[in-house]
Amino acid sequence: MMNYFKMAYRNLGRHRRRSILSGLALALGTALLMFIAAFFEGEMRSSMEATLRLNSGHLQVQDADYDPDKLSVAWEYLIENPQQVAAQIEALDEVQAATPRLFASGIVSVADESIGVQIMGIVPDSEANAPYTEGLVSGEFLSADDREGIVIGLPLAESLGLKVGDQLNLLVNTSDGSVDEQLFTVRGIFTTGTTAYDKGIVFLPLAKSQAFSGAENHASMIFILLKDREQAEAVAAAIQGPGYQVKTWTELNELLVLVNDFSDAYLSIINLIILGVTATVIVNTLLMSVFERTREIGILSAIGMKGRQVITLFLAEASLLALGGITFGSLAGWAISAYYGKVGIYFGDFGMSNDFILQDRIYTILTPDAALNLIVTAFIITVLSSLYPARMASRMEPVEALHKAQ
Amino acid sequence: MEVAKLTDVTRIYRIGEVETRALNGITMTIESGEFTSLVGPSGSGKTTLLQLIGCLDRPTSGQVVINGKETTNLNRNQRADLRKGTIGFVFQFFALIPTLTAYENVEMPLLLNGKSPSERRKRVMELLEAVDITNHAHHRPDQLSGGQQQRVAVARALSTNPKMILADEPTANLDTENGEQVMEIMKKLNKETGTTFVFATHDPRVIKHATRVVTLHDGLIEKDSKQ
Repeated sequence: MMNYFKMAYRNLGRHRRRSILSGLALALGTALLMFIAAFFEGEMRSSMEATLRLNSGHLQVQDADYDPDKLSVAWEYLIENPQQVAAQIEALDEVQAATPRLFASGIVSVADESIGVQIMGIVPDSEANAPYTEGLVSGEFLSADDREGIVIGLPLAESLGLKVGDQLNLLVNTSDGSVDEQLFTVRGIFTTGTTAYDKGIVFLPLAKSQAFSGAENHASMIFILLKDREQAEAVAAAIQGPGYQVKTWTELNELLVLVNDFSDAYLSIINLIILGVTATVIVNTLLMSVFERTREIGILSAIGMKGRQVITLFLAEASLLALGGITFGSLAGWAISAYYGKVGIYFGDFGMSNDFILQDRIYTILTPDAALNLIVTAFIITVLSSLYPARMASRMEPVEALHKAQ
Repeated sequence: MEVAKLTDVTRIYRIGEVETRALNGITMTIESGEFTSLVGPSGSGKTTLLQLIGCLDRPTSGQVVINGKETTNLNRNQRADLRKGTIGFVFQFFALIPTLTAYENVEMPLLLNGKSPSERRKRVMELLEAVDITNHAHHRPDQLSGGQQQRVAVARALSTNPKMILADEPTANLDTENGEQVMEIMKKLNKETGTTFVFATHDPRVIKHATRVVTLHDGLIEKDSKQ
């Protein structure tokens, strides 16, 4: 076998530039695919994490009639005594945090400018607020008994020219269908890294938001984070109660879960397309080689080389090309993915739907599984595609091969 | 002892509608140890006959028996197997593998025959010495002269101790001195080892060494004489 590889190596060296170009095509394909795989992984993980941490949590307990799109604070859509319900849920071993949240629609006005926002009433010291407290860029977070303080997102602050200590006017739709307004002082400005989210939300302490909107002792939901999200179904079953609905993160993020499930299939299709193109380059190189070496194949056959030995010789050439190209491509792909895994790729404001939050900057993540999968697939496809020229060479009748060449 | 026996062999080439009868019913026997020349003008069927004896091609009709084995119905791989142990070739255009050194070219048939590294080394050095190319053992064909290349080709043809060596115009691309040298080597090997040699040639330098001359004309044997 060693001799086949020795011959194959020398044969590739005959047309060094052609062999290098073919290897480079394969390297480029492999590097590109590795980067795409790392980008997909980074995008999916970032989106999943942002969506769960900012929007849906792992579980939500809502009133049986609650409609998240309406942002209504009419009592019939809300949970009564939410603090008590949350405390009971938080006592469960599987639960990391359970906290009531009240959502209302409002309008922020400063001087002549007004922007529609979602008002979120929160229990300030809950662990579930980590994305906001950790993302504070100036000022401080709210305290539970603050009656005039508000925390806003960085893009909203920038568009209204607000800084910590400034005042804004907040108008809210109340539970009885009317509106109320009040001046609030900006206590803190935060960023979660998702412009679309940060520009449309403001935080008030739960008690203040309940009083302001007339929701009184009610909340829109209990927002629950689990220690392990795989336990969502089990915990949901345990906390079911009459008049409530418990929704898991998979029910709340159907689109995201679907995209996540399909991302492997997408990747496989992209892999096949790009590897198909690079395999064509390899087939072309080997076919040229077969045509150029017709006489040589005739000679080898005349001195007793069998068909399968001719196939082995060409497969050895393809394997060496694949080995060189894929090794180089994998190193390049790994390096590019590692670089963008560190600095990220900035996409800016993607927009947002309830099901799908994309962060402004995506960090590529190359998993060993994805890299290995790609390397093995690229190698197999290259070697398999070289079977055609190899078989063609093996089927040449020696006398015809010798004649053709003369 | 018969090394090759051909009975009423014809070979017809068809290119589109055109039929060319290269051999028209040849019957002949080649005995072990012969030094035979197939001669005749271009198109007389010399090369075709040589290819049939060498199992590189199959006859349109008739029977070709090599070393006691009927070859007409053997497939590509079976013919390769038969060639591997029985027949060596020397071609007009030297026909060495350009990426292999002289040593490796001679070694190739031994590799295909599954010989051990030590057996191979011994045999290759023996042959390179016999054709006086030891000093150029590690040169590639493009670093050798035509005469040196043809000597390597002779050594390669002999490497597996075949019963018969078939040479198609072995001196056609060599100058007088080199041509003579190659013929002397083959003659010597024929005497020392008893290997059968069959040449297809026009070259009087080759014909003068032959012990038997078979003259072909239009695909038929015109004359078969011993000398």
